[in-house]
Amino acid sequence: MVSRMKILIVEDDLEAAAYLAKAFREAGIVSDHASDGESGLFMASENAYDVLVVDRMLPRRDGLSLITELRRRGVHTPVLILSALGQVDDRVTGLRAGGDDYLPKPYAFSELLARVEVLGRRKGTPDQDMVYRVGDLELDRLSHSVRRQGKEILLQPREFRLLEYLMKNAGQVVTRTMLLENVWDYHFDPQTNVIDVHVSRLRSKIEKDFDPPLLRTVRGAGYMIKDERTAET
Amino acid sequence: MSKFGVLFRTTAVRLSALYLVLFSLCAVFLVFYVTGMSERLLQQQTREAIAVEAAQIEGIYERAGVNGLLRSLERRARQPGANLYVIAGPSGDILAGNVAGLEPGLLDGEGWTSEPFRYQRFTDENRADNHVALAQVLVLDNGLRILVGRDLQEPEKFRVLVRQALVVALGIMGLGALVIWFAIGRNALRRIDRMSEASTKIMGGDLSQRLPASGSGDEFDRLSESLNAMLGRIEKLNEGLKQVSDNIAHDLKTPLTRLRNKAEAALASKEGGNQNGALEEIIGESDQLIRTFNALLMISRVEAGSAVAEMSEVDLSGIVADCVELYQPVAEESALRLEADIQPKVVISGNRELIGQALGNLIDNGIKYAEGAENPLIRVDMKESRGSVVLTVADHGPGVPANMRGEVVKRFVRLDESRTKPGTGLGLSLVGAVVEMHHGSLDLSATDPDGKGLTVRMVFPAGAN
Repeated sequence: MVSRMKILIVEDDLEAAAYLAKAFREAGIVSDHASDGESGLFMASENAYDVLVVDRMLPRRDGLSLITELRRRGVHTPVLILSALGQVDDRVTGLRAGGDDYLPKPYAFSELLARVEVLGRRKGTPDQDMVYRVGDLELDRLSHSVRRQGKEILLQPREFRLLEYLMKNAGQVVTRTMLLENVWDYHFDPQTNVIDVHVSRLRSKIEKDFDPPLLRTVRGAGYMIKDERTAET
Repeated sequence: MSKFGVLFRTTAVRLSALYLVLFSLCAVFLVFYVTGMSERLLQQQTREAIAVEAAQIEGIYERAGVNGLLRSLERRARQPGANLYVIAGPSGDILAGNVAGLEPGLLDGEGWTSEPFRYQRFTDENRADNHVALAQVLVLDNGLRILVGRDLQEPEKFRVLVRQALVVALGIMGLGALVIWFAIGRNALRRIDRMSEASTKIMGGDLSQRLPASGSGDEFDRLSESLNAMLGRIEKLNEGLKQVSDNIAHDLKTPLTRLRNKAEAALASKEGGNQNGALEEIIGESDQLIRTFNALLMISRVEAGSAVAEMSEVDLSGIVADCVELYQPVAEESALRLEADIQPKVVISGNRELIGQALGNLIDNGIKYAEGAENPLIRVDMKESRGSVVLTVADHGPGVPANMRGEVVKRFVRLDESRTKPGTGLGLSLVGAVVEMHHGSLDLSATDPDGKGLTVRMVFPAGAN
């Protein structure tokens, strides 16, 4: 069963924090709020959270120093950094400080939600599965083979990685930028619908001769692979 | 502050003054050392000469007795430049000699007079004259005392002469140094004044001003040159900034107006469904605006060189292959062929993200503008030759007229025909900034002989360093 996720938002803009808390609540995620770096550090050290959402510029202790100090204290809660600085080198410094993901402002809430959910999931399950399964679709990470209903499906190497990432986060929304980051390892904005075309090709390969559809487009957010027939367990 | 005060505060003059003080100290030391040494040497020579003569006199006394001694001394005393000779009785009364008077008690003991002493000497006019001498006293077995000495006036004169010569020479040198330093300091000051004048103008906002250079290639010229290079860079950045702010005002107002209009229309419409659609459109518009802002910021950051810190050895072949693979399906959707000829294992010093984005922009442009072209081919070529890596993206679309090729690299510049296509007008600007950051060059040309098609050629320095 899915336990409710609990996160900490460290953000000094009270209006933005209130908006985030409301939006997360609607998505079924409980959140606490700290409005400066010191109290954020205190709360993150004292309580168990699934994910920390940390603004980079905070009063009393900036976001990066908060993360560094947390890691020094042995707290390994996944951290997503929010920042108005969104350039290549800012991301690198953010991740180097111990952050797990970096989202430049302004962002779509759907993007933030998808990333927080993936981070929260990552925490509990070390990624050791050799075979991913969604419904009757099976992906073997060792032999690099994909089968559906026992029939082998031939994929290009990139299509394989795309499917691998989708299935690793099965049941969760992954956004286009997450796909570009994790499958192609690029962080820029692809502008056109490059990712959509890749996904639709993959979809035609895994769904053309099979039923039911597994790979859904989530409007305004991204994609999700899920077996609709299996009840939430 | 007086002109002289300013001059005195210049580094040249201050250093000169310091040198002058050190130089004077050395010179004074030198004067005393040289004269002291020569005095000691001369005194030693004098002592040796006296000792030799005293021994001779003792020998004469032993061979020829008192009479022989007296004769010998008389003869010696008459020679020009003679030494001093005194024969005195046991009580110290002078019996004979060429000395008019001595300091009392000088003849009491045998041996060297411990220090140079004063004595009176007969001058040619038979007047007693005060002199200084060094002498040895002998006591003979019959109680007679004999003083053999030498006047020290000559060595003393020599010493004074040497000292005077040294002092005069050093004085002239010091004076000369002062004059030269003064001239240098004034010259330096005048040039610095000109530099300050120019920089005051620059600070006043005239960034086209440059610092003067005399053309002699000295350190001031080198300073001027590097400062001028810096000014050139600042001017360029400033122009870029000005262009950006102008363009922001102009090109961002349009989408903002559109955004506002849509919001207004949504507010006015009564039907809920219509409103939702309008809101979605508004979000789309905002995203496009954010995209434009991000691209602008990125270009500025790349141009300012702040991403240079994240340069490393990158596999350019891999980046190009990745990009081609990323855009391949989109090209095919648009009924275009995206072909690539990539030389493997080419490594350059660069930033993977930025090169990837630049190349992505070019391929994206190709797909956007060459859609529906007669020859539906986009070619990406990468080859290393003679120290540089050439990366080209060529399409057979409508191309860019020759007179606009320099323009389209500027921010927000779009051809009129392409205004209907989506885009920010910043894609090529970013490419230009990225290429420049990698110390490369960017060149636009036509692909086909008839002037159609666009070929963008980027040249990067090869190798990783």
